[in-house]
Amino acid sequence: MTITIPNRDNYLAKLLTTVSKQATADWLIALRNQSTAFLQEETIPNAKDEEWRFTSLKGLLAQDFALPSGKAPADLQPVPGRLVFVDGVYAPQLSQPAKSAGLFVGDLSAAIEQKPTITEYLGKQPGGEEIFTALNTSGFNDAAVIWVEGDIAEPVHLLFFGTGASSINQPRVLVVAAKNSRSTIIEEYVSSNGIQFTNSVTEISVAPNACVNHIRLQEESPEAFHIGKTAISQAQDSQYHGYAINLGGKLARHHWEMYQTGKQTDTTLNGLDLIAGEQVADTHSKIALNHPHGQTNQLHKSVVTGKAHAIFSGKVLVPQGAQQTNAAQLSRTLLLSPKARVDTKPQLEITADDVKCSHGATVSQLSDDELFYLQSRGLGIDISRTLLVNAFAIEVIENLPVLAIRDRLISAVRNFQL
Amino acid sequence: MINANSPIILSIKNLTAEVAGTQILNGLNLEIKAGEIHAIMGPNGSGKSTLSKVLAGHPAYTVTGGEVTFQGQNLFDLEPEERARSGVFLAFQYPLEIPGVSNLDFLRVAYNSRQKHQGKEELDAFDFDELVQERLDIVKMNPAFLSRSVNEGFSGGEKKRNEILQMALLEPTLAILDETDSGLDIDALKIVANGVNQLANAHNCMLVITHYQRLLEYIVPDFVHVMAHGQIITSGGKELALELEAKGYDWIETAAA
Repeated sequence: MTITIPNRDNYLAKLLTTVSKQATADWLIALRNQSTAFLQEETIPNAKDEEWRFTSLKGLLAQDFALPSGKAPADLQPVPGRLVFVDGVYAPQLSQPAKSAGLFVGDLSAAIEQKPTITEYLGKQPGGEEIFTALNTSGFNDAAVIWVEGDIAEPVHLLFFGTGASSINQPRVLVVAAKNSRSTIIEEYVSSNGIQFTNSVTEISVAPNACVNHIRLQEESPEAFHIGKTAISQAQDSQYHGYAINLGGKLARHHWEMYQTGKQTDTTLNGLDLIAGEQVADTHSKIALNHPHGQTNQLHKSVVTGKAHAIFSGKVLVPQGAQQTNAAQLSRTLLLSPKARVDTKPQLEITADDVKCSHGATVSQLSDDELFYLQSRGLGIDISRTLLVNAFAIEVIENLPVLAIRDRLISAVRNFQL
Repeated sequence: MINANSPIILSIKNLTAEVAGTQILNGLNLEIKAGEIHAIMGPNGSGKSTLSKVLAGHPAYTVTGGEVTFQGQNLFDLEPEERARSGVFLAFQYPLEIPGVSNLDFLRVAYNSRQKHQGKEELDAFDFDELVQERLDIVKMNPAFLSRSVNEGFSGGEKKRNEILQMALLEPTLAILDETDSGLDIDALKIVANGVNQLANAHNCMLVITHYQRLLEYIVPDFVHVMAHGQIITSGGKELALELEAKGYDWIETAAA
């Protein structure tokens, strides 16, 4: 028997060969080529890279990934308002997109046909040079495109299904929220059992005075590798309210980035991890302000049990141009077992001198006194623990704008193995 | 209300207990019958609160000797929640704030766990709401406090009222009030005491722990015990409380020595 030692240099090149796709449109070919050329100079990051200090990619490197089957599971049924993408590719027979005036939802080819200005948005968010983002750009097969003009009440639901079997799939999402528009988007990741690698990128462009509510729910198999990017740009007077929920995956990493392009933006980033066993959930966020009167509020909570490991690294950049910023960031972790672990790093970089900024981190266990108080009223130890975990997590999800998802998460918390 | 023929609810014999390696209770004896109200007074550090925590089953306290029976059953065979379901209730000196747990939900789960244990009907949210509205009157509590998190942001008086509301819902056989009067102004004290008096009957009993005689003007005890150094050193009727108030604790310790 030979043991293959993963080779960092070859690994990326091999992945690139696997995912390489021939595009049709010239601008798309150019976009891909640019990313591919960039990646040829790069290697997979290791622990010496500050951004990957706490998150080992060894497990990923030990896997060989092939292209996925794209075969949808038999039990997946169409649901009104929901679009299904199997291994990143649109599955029209499983989808039932909502039809509203002012709303376009569809796959990449329909978008290119109906929304020619897509060239100004796709692949245009800052941060595209991050390795996994570039890998997605050089090889995504399709894209979910949501284009909102006007006030869309019903949420648009995107379901990304990964078929597993040691395959790599690269979902791509583009949201263009036009001026004064209002929308709610659910981006959900699930997979069949088994090892797979999802490498997703979501770009959200929020025009002046537009409002986007965004729920990102990752519930892939406990063997899955999931690396995701959400890059948002916010123009003047716009609002973005995001929820990123990590339940699944063996290794789940989410890059969450907001780039402010105009004044008086309002940004909420709410994160929740519920992890057990040997799961790793990693959130790296960056809020890059550059204009005055911005308001940002970030709350990240992790519930960690077993030997699971949560990582939070959150940057808020407040340069000279961002006077009168009001920014708050808080990372809170509940460790439920002796071997549960968290590494948390809230960071503020402020050069503006007239701002109100706060940040902090707490790490705690369930309080014996609180448990005793509940028990002394007749509540059993298990329900007492569940109530307290729920009480910890509820702050993140109680204002979630889609009731069905909120209820689903409340029961996920209730059924979480303590 | 003393009735020699009433059944014994609580019997404590030669109880010793420690916390963090320090012995606090040093052989305590006490017997309480149905219908009786007992008061325990004593200086700070005499072990009054330790007794209440040991009886309720706080995990930080270790029983090192003696025995306690509750309605004939060994109390220490029961987990804290089983004691509560069986009818032991501790009104906390410092009720905990539990952000994120709705007071109403908490009260309902607690109520139903006691009902279930007694083989009685559990109530759904609708029926429970009706019951709780009616019990609110016992402690003159604003219904707005039901929709808030347990004790979160409540004033001292509101927290104590919430404790008595829980007692009114759980209808315990043995209610232990641990310095329920401390930190209350006279109006709040009267409301809380009045609530307790409404709940006292011939089938239950109360153990009222207090540092001050003032509470006993409103909850009139049948027996007063004085604790020092982890033991009851003297007992008497309600007049003992007045004597203590007049002479101070030094007097009793000197007298006992």
